[in-house]
Amino acid sequence: MLHEQELKTFVEGTTSFFEVAAQQPASIGSPYLLEGTPAVHEYTGIINISGKREGVVMFTAPKAMLTVLLMKMQENDFSHETMRDLVGEVANTISGNARRDFGREFVISVPSVLSGQLKIPQKPGLRSFIIPINWRSHSAKLVVSLT
Amino acid sequence: MKLMIVDDSNIMRRRIERSQQFEELELVGTAGNGVEAIELFKRTDPDVVTMDLTMPRMDGIECISLLVALKPEVRILVVSALADKATAVEAMEKGANGFLNKPFTDRQLNEAIAELMR
Repeated sequence: MLHEQELKTFVEGTTSFFEVAAQQPASIGSPYLLEGTPAVHEYTGIINISGKREGVVMFTAPKAMLTVLLMKMQENDFSHETMRDLVGEVANTISGNARRDFGREFVISVPSVLSGQLKIPQKPGLRSFIIPINWRSHSAKLVVSLT
Repeated sequence: MKLMIVDDSNIMRRRIERSQQFEELELVGTAGNGVEAIELFKRTDPDVVTMDLTMPRMDGIECISLLVALKPEVRILVVSALADKATAVEAMEKGANGFLNKPFTDRQLNEAIAELMR
């Protein structure tokens, strides 16, 4: 189960990603706890966590937001594959940055990506913290489910 | 000088290619994992490499060791989201010459490459 201070690590990681990569800060809402399966947007990047902690970190966002994010990153390829690449890279960056606080025993996988799914199956009994992300006129979220 | 970019993200490979501002660096190829990087390295003999760490098939740490064994004078800049000090130290011990955390600005990337080539 995540502690409040640990959750702060992911909030800071998300803030940093948008400030640096998108050159425009996002507004991060108050994290909340969700029992059950979180609803997701069109594209979801998933990092499996193993080692000292187990679970997943997911970044899920709508296509419209990812399109603008790619523009801000000077990208000119807006294909389905690039959208998948982007959500995976965002999830990877935020999860990898969390090792600053969690240490190297916080082992992260390469990203896997789901698109077009509304629900993602989850391990029973694992609770998820949802970190709402508002950027420009778009909403996305970071889902952190850790033992 | 010849440059090779290694990262499993196409976006990140294009970003590094687009953002690096050194006229003396000629991009000889990009690779999406450590196995591809070794093959490309043998074919193109680059002098400077940017290296992601978390990649499928072969990760960046193992790849650094193999590249340094092939060409001890190669200059390697790790560009990774992994932000713990132990990983940075391990990469440097394996033979990397610099470490840049993702996310990064164009300026940070160019400063890191300049430092690498000094």
